[in-house]
Amino acid sequence: MVLATSMTIPDILVFVTGALMILVGAAGVIVAKNPVHSALCLVLTLFGVAVLFIEQQADFLAAVQVIVYAGAVVVMFLFVIMFLGVDRTEDVHDEPLMGQRPLAIGLVLVLVGSIVALGSEAKWSGGSHSVVGINQGPYQNVANLGKAIFTTYLFAFEITSALLVIAVVGAVVLARRSMITNAPRTDSLGNPLGATTDFEGADR
Amino acid sequence: MSAMSLLAAGDPLYQHGVTWIVFLIVAVKVLLGFGICLISVTLMIWFERKVISDMQARIGPNRAGPWGLAQTLADGIKLFFKEDLIPERSDRIVFKLAPFLSLVPALVIFAVIPVGGTITIAGYTTQLQVADPPIGILLAIAMSAIGVYGVMLAGWSSGSKYPLMSSVRASAQMISYEAALGMSVLTVVLISGSLSTRTMVDVQGGGPWHWNVIRLGVIPFVIFLIAGIAETNRPPFDVVEADSELVGGFHTEYSSIRFALFYLAEFLNTVTMSAIVVTLFFGGPSGYILPIPGGTIIFPVLWFLLKTVAFCYLFVWLRGALPRSRYDKLMDLGWRRLIPLSLGWMLLVAGFLVSVAWGIGMGIVIVVGGLVLSRAWELGSEREFTDSAVLPPVASRLIPPRLVRDQTDRGEGEDQ
Repeated sequence: MVLATSMTIPDILVFVTGALMILVGAAGVIVAKNPVHSALCLVLTLFGVAVLFIEQQADFLAAVQVIVYAGAVVVMFLFVIMFLGVDRTEDVHDEPLMGQRPLAIGLVLVLVGSIVALGSEAKWSGGSHSVVGINQGPYQNVANLGKAIFTTYLFAFEITSALLVIAVVGAVVLARRSMITNAPRTDSLGNPLGATTDFEGADR
Repeated sequence: MSAMSLLAAGDPLYQHGVTWIVFLIVAVKVLLGFGICLISVTLMIWFERKVISDMQARIGPNRAGPWGLAQTLADGIKLFFKEDLIPERSDRIVFKLAPFLSLVPALVIFAVIPVGGTITIAGYTTQLQVADPPIGILLAIAMSAIGVYGVMLAGWSSGSKYPLMSSVRASAQMISYEAALGMSVLTVVLISGSLSTRTMVDVQGGGPWHWNVIRLGVIPFVIFLIAGIAETNRPPFDVVEADSELVGGFHTEYSSIRFALFYLAEFLNTVTMSAIVVTLFFGGPSGYILPIPGGTIIFPVLWFLLKTVAFCYLFVWLRGALPRSRYDKLMDLGWRRLIPLSLGWMLLVAGFLVSVAWGIGMGIVIVVGGLVLSRAWELGSEREFTDSAVLPPVASRLIPPRLVRDQTDRGEGEDQ
């Protein structure tokens, strides 16, 4: 763990750059009117996090951060935004969920409070320190991380991957009709296909 | 060999701290790398036009400079002085940003490619490579992932139909092939025991039979090559800018210097993709060194150039020889052929690296998995896939009558 006292001037410069990228990006996500601009600001935030990872000598995490989040997740966001054509300025004055603003403020206060509480005890991480070992040789990092994931934390790792597979299978199941070919084919509401689908016909 | 290179990994330049001479050397290396990128693009465009015209029994560019060598320069100057048009309905900020999102990743990828051995200047020994970060090849993959944004946002921000369709195609295609690409890179990482491109090259240093293309079996190389072509949107996988369907694809609305930047990025990607193939599978700068003074510096660079040009030629050749693939065939190849194959081969390599028994076990797993997968495809292809097989998007579904009644006739609908 790099303590604040042992930071050199380049360290501080890199930290400030990364922190500015994160904050400007995060503000942009909320402020931007256009969803595509919001997504791009999110990419900026993710890059800032990657910069901070490198500053903490977690090179592998930085690379994975960019590949997975910036390279795949946000691209998927943009893909959906483009496909659904919601890339117009949205009018969000009509809140679909009542009371989420006060709730958000409250949760942010709780989060900031807990970070301050953790910081005052100078114990930033809850788990054991140096799971990946200090970055002695340039390759210790990745090798140790791999060993930790596939030995000590194997169960958590497998559970996470199973969760992702379940999510994908669930999405496919939800998006498809049931394919029972013998039964009369129905539409999504259970009405026979070919029958009138207006409300009068369906409302028997 | 590999243990030594693991210990001595990283550029020896930084061993004794960072002085201003070290800083100067790094700055010179960065500038040289940038210059090499630009010059190689100029030559690549000329090379491609000349080779293609030879294949099609034409003459090709022959007016500007000897053998038309200065044609690209002339084209560049012409583009620079053209009017820069921005469409009325475009998103101006993103429209201006997109070309740079295309070009910068292409330039950064070049930084991790080992061009030659080491060189000693004023007592400082340094590698002929702009940077040798511990994450090496992951940086290249990350940057090629960022390159998707350039194409995608260019199409979207143009505010026009064909570019938008192109950008949707591009994002789907590039993301799909990234999986197969990453998996074949992973086999190289497994066998080298490192992510650093320099170590990968060092491990392959013992002659052609040590090259990864042979050590890994030819399959990962073939997968990487196909996925690389799709990743750089080159023919036969250039459905992104298919001019017979989409006018000019994502850069239809671009003109002047912004179009030139896209053009630059496209050809730079071709050159760097060739260089990455050489680095991963063909030993990079390794090769026979003639015993002459300075030979240890010059010959690795020459070998690297020779191999890279060979792959550049292969890319051009494929463009001249193959017709454009249909979009659905392209996705089919990526998802149903390359991804399972690359996954299986990676398991096989990992198994044999542990022990022969594990390798054979993995082979059995792959055969069983392949059988299950082919049975699943068989079942899937019997299924009628019509519009009624997929639910309509949530927004266009009919609202269930009961829900409508609850919302509208509250209190009145009880008499049913």
